[in-house]
Amino acid sequence: MKSFTYVIKDAIGIHARPAGLLVKEAKKYASKATILYNGKSAECTKLMAVMSLGVKTGTEITVQVEGDDEEAAAAGLEAFFSANL
Amino acid sequence: MQELKGKSIVRGIAIGKIHFLSKSQQTVRRVKVSDAEAEISRYNAAKDTAVEQLQALYEKALKEVGEDNAQIFEVHSMMLEDDDYNDSIYNMIRTQQINAEYAVAATGDNFSKMFAQMEDEYFKARSIDIKDISERLVRILCGSDSGGELSEPGILVAEDLAPSETVQLDKELLLAFVTHLGSSNSHTAILARTMNIPALIGVPIDEAWNGLMAIVDGYTGKLIIDPDLDVLEEYEKKQQKDLEQKALLQELKGKENVTKSGKRINLYANIGSVSDLAGVLANDAGGIGLFRSEFLYLGRDTFPTEEEQFQAYKQVAETMAGKKVIIRTLDIGADKQADYFELGHEDNPALGYRAIRICLTRPEIFKTQLRAIFRASAYGNLSIMYPMIISVSEVRRIRDIASEVMRELDEAGISYGQVEQGIMIETPAAAIMSDELAKEVDFFSIGTNDLTQYTLAIDRQNAKLDEFYDSHHPAVLRLIQTVTDNAHKAGIWAGICGELGADTTLTETFIKMGVDELSVSASAVLRVRKAVRDCE
Repeated sequence: MKSFTYVIKDAIGIHARPAGLLVKEAKKYASKATILYNGKSAECTKLMAVMSLGVKTGTEITVQVEGDDEEAAAAGLEAFFSANL
Repeated sequence: MQELKGKSIVRGIAIGKIHFLSKSQQTVRRVKVSDAEAEISRYNAAKDTAVEQLQALYEKALKEVGEDNAQIFEVHSMMLEDDDYNDSIYNMIRTQQINAEYAVAATGDNFSKMFAQMEDEYFKARSIDIKDISERLVRILCGSDSGGELSEPGILVAEDLAPSETVQLDKELLLAFVTHLGSSNSHTAILARTMNIPALIGVPIDEAWNGLMAIVDGYTGKLIIDPDLDVLEEYEKKQQKDLEQKALLQELKGKENVTKSGKRINLYANIGSVSDLAGVLANDAGGIGLFRSEFLYLGRDTFPTEEEQFQAYKQVAETMAGKKVIIRTLDIGADKQADYFELGHEDNPALGYRAIRICLTRPEIFKTQLRAIFRASAYGNLSIMYPMIISVSEVRRIRDIASEVMRELDEAGISYGQVEQGIMIETPAAAIMSDELAKEVDFFSIGTNDLTQYTLAIDRQNAKLDEFYDSHHPAVLRLIQTVTDNAHKAGIWAGICGELGADTTLTETFIKMGVDELSVSASAVLRVRKAVRDCE
């Protein structure tokens, strides 16, 4: 399993549009990616679950990636967060 | 005739017939089906149609109201493809052998409730998006149309408006929005601002109004149903004047704030959040004379982090692209409360523990904000303004703390820009001591609302005192003169950032007094510019 942490810089947090793009990105990989935040978790491929975490700006999330392509998935998702959130 | 009060989102006057948009009153019935898989195919086909419709709406919105307003439809498409949402619908159809309409309505309810219960206003507001996509699916499944069409110019009245409902309307025919629910940050509010048509929220609405004549007064937040003839005539005149004024003001964009004899004054805008920036740019303000930082602290349960604050200040600094932005440090207390500050009850909060008094007794809160502002100053032209000052010793303590913050940033190798530091003059004490205070700071900004309240000892919220209240009271005007003179003697500038700054009957007086800057709400900038240009 691979994991990384990230501090959200977007002014609203993980809001609808980037959450939708995140789902698209996560679906590119076979591995299962999960966001851990504030004692809750959501799979990156599930838009409403991700949004219902209510991740606010300036807070830290942990992303866990598990599966055959976890190296590539973790790198891809980390790049996605830096570019979009 | 009936008169109702709401909160105005966009100023202006509209007169026309009410078009009541009733919320899809299709009551969805629960029906048993024999072939669940066929029902699922029916659902999937409806979902494909919904995605097509949303794509068309996106393109329509993109053309008519721009990318920012259109994006919501892209998000709706993504929501329709959500696994949890779809799984819930499939499950209900399969396990309960029920019709797709009911499965969609029930799932939509569950998901929208989940968002409605969230604390953050942004996420809470997403419940309406889920209702919107679910209602769209139900409409397609039932084969009914939206019913939101306008056939003649009208004032749209609804409990609440989903973005797809507002965008489908013919913009040429839409005179105003009136809703019961909704917030000033809702899609509808944003759209009303983009279209610049009057909009009210928080009005208790009644379906029986459908087809009646009505007046929307976006200046006072009033909705007048079935107006008497004399009221109607009065408003027709007001509307005419309003339109002339708007046209005239549009001409003044890009013009200088200079009197006929060549005296210049700076005209800046007051803002209360990052979202007000659009109005500042649209109305051609020369800068931001008062950025109220409270929005970062209100409506939440914990203190905003340095990073959160930094991002907000940086965004404003960058958006204003080198124009002056004056950030007022935390002015919480009195009528603005946040529970996590644990300020406790006060019998007389206006004279209580607020603003700089909190900052000086709890320097950790103050230093976090200052660090964020100094860091953001590397990205634009930022100044800092301290509220509720009464003495020179306070200013010295503040400047010591600010120097400490700068020293710490230097040590950490973090860059920051040149930051002017000024104070609000909003207590009689500060006005009287302004000769001494002027030697300690880079500028003064006179907060006329509090200065008037404290000087006259009149609570503006108390309507019984209206007969005693005079916003042009000579005591206040004399204090403004004193402050301006003392500023100039010390070689610094003085501005006005209270409501009085936008009072165009005083513009000439202020210019004669030598006031260097007026900071007013964004929508008043051009009106004041006209007053300046009309001065001798």
